[in-house]
Amino acid sequence: MSAGEKSVSISTAGVVARPESVVPARAPAVKQRKLPDLRRWLSPIGLVLLWQAASSTGVLPPDKLASPATVFRSAYELVVDGQLVDAFLVSLSRVAVGFVIGAVVGGALGLVSGLSRWGERLLDPPVQMLRTLPHLGLIPLFILWFGIGEEPKLALVAAGVAFPLYLNLHAGIRQTDPALLEAARVLGYTRLDRVVHVVLPSAVPQTLVGLRIALGTAWLSLIVGEQINADAGIGYLINNAREFLRTDVVVVGLLVYALLGLSTDALVRALERRVLRWRAR
Amino acid sequence: MAGAVRIRGLVKDFGPRRVLAGLDLDVAEGEFVALLGRSGCGKSTLLRILAGLDPDVEGTFTVPERVSVAFQQPRLLPWRRVWRNISLGLRGVGRQRDKHRAVAERALAEVRLADHADAWPLTLSGGEAQRVSLARALVREPELLLLDEPFGALDALTRLAMHHLVEQLWREHRPAVLFVTHDVDEALLLADRVVVLDEGRIVAEHHVDLPRPRRRASFADLRVEVLSDLGVDDVEAA
Ligand SMILES: Nc1ncnc2c1ncn2[C@@H]1O[C@H](COP(=O)(O)OP(=O)(O)O)[C@@H](O)[C@H]1O
Ligand SMILES: [Mg+2]
Repeated sequence: MSAGEKSVSISTAGVVARPESVVPARAPAVKQRKLPDLRRWLSPIGLVLLWQAASSTGVLPPDKLASPATVFRSAYELVVDGQLVDAFLVSLSRVAVGFVIGAVVGGALGLVSGLSRWGERLLDPPVQMLRTLPHLGLIPLFILWFGIGEEPKLALVAAGVAFPLYLNLHAGIRQTDPALLEAARVLGYTRLDRVVHVVLPSAVPQTLVGLRIALGTAWLSLIVGEQINADAGIGYLINNAREFLRTDVVVVGLLVYALLGLSTDALVRALERRVLRWRAR
Repeated sequence: MAGAVRIRGLVKDFGPRRVLAGLDLDVAEGEFVALLGRSGCGKSTLLRILAGLDPDVEGTFTVPERVSVAFQQPRLLPWRRVWRNISLGLRGVGRQRDKHRAVAERALAEVRLADHADAWPLTLSGGEAQRVSLARALVREPELLLLDEPFGALDALTRLAMHHLVEQLWREHRPAVLFVTHDVDEALLLADRVVVLDEGRIVAEHHVDLPRPRRRASFADLRVEVLSDLGVDDVEAA
């Protein structure tokens, strides 16, 4: 049985000195940062040039759509005279306040219905029914309830945030691996230990998905909400510009909306990288 | 020797199906018992009952206060670093929190993973994760260690190294061990006693009075006997 002995010593040595185990798990993250493929910029730049050409030759009249050059100039002017920054801050604070309200409500409901059977029985059916309502369709009711000031805008954002957050947090908690819960039980974890160390961490990835959806919906809700008699904010800027046929300002407003959406998305992705760094590769 | 495990007339039904049918089994303190049986004969069910995970049974059994389990899958918490996975196994054992890191590092050194304390579990190989799982089970200083096919998912070479490790850890900590496997060689290599479960009862028992560390050649005859208890008579094929 010398063959048996031999393989024992080989494998033991292999365990002691696994080459890949010495390297900390950081390396792959660096490699992921590839240079962007510049060729992908060809067609977007081409389209902008085409747009500029259509405007310069008069094919595209400025009262339908301003030229890229005009848009750029207006953006510069709006920034310099402070209008854009003011509008930006107003819109941003609407989203922030509405988001916090919606996140607290959706998060609290999701936790209760995820962690307790009775919570689920009582909370989940009405929430599941309500979520089938398109929340933007609630505007008429919100106006009747809250008037035409800040409140309906905040309520709309909050509603847009609460539902996706609730649904994903609830689903995330419910899909906790029972094998891990069982292991935690035999290791003597209390119920609180299990919630803190097993259930909630395992719900984080799904909750972050919900967070991204919620932020997307928050911006959408804001854009729609700001159509309601706004006297400040990006929506006001856009509506005001429309009355004076200033398509350049309208486009600037839209670009700001897009940028805001992109940056919050990037924020969530950064959060994901940090919070989910335990996910290998 | 006082008994670590004493099981009398244990009955477990899943609906109409009777999985354990009046099972009797004793394990002495510090004894290493291997439990063999075909797939689906109720080995995991028995271990789950002993671990307190399935209270819905008839019959009686006693187990010590501190019981640890290592499952076939390591079942580490992927979002906790390796050392935290181990120190979280100290729950309910009553150790001081500030000593947790030191205790975890010592346990990791025992399974030769001292330099992996801060690694994330998903970066470990299967064998490494299983060793962390063993360390997590042992850090509780269990009086009874339940092993449910802990090497079933590992490759052959890693398995051999794990056999050494388990034997060594068992010698140092001396828990009673109930080791479920369907690998006869593994059982004869490690156990003081091999019991065979079939039709919900222990149907055969063999004391393995061989010096350790054992070689496969030393238990060739016993192997034939155990295989025949398992209903395998064509030993060449097995
Ligand atoms: N939770 C359960 N519900 C119903 N049947 C089960 C359950 N757990 C195990 N069984 C059945 O009990 C039998 C024994 O299972 P198990 O103890 O896992 O076998 P093994 O010896 O392979 O570990 C199998 O037939 C299995 O299908
Ligand atoms: Mg099993």
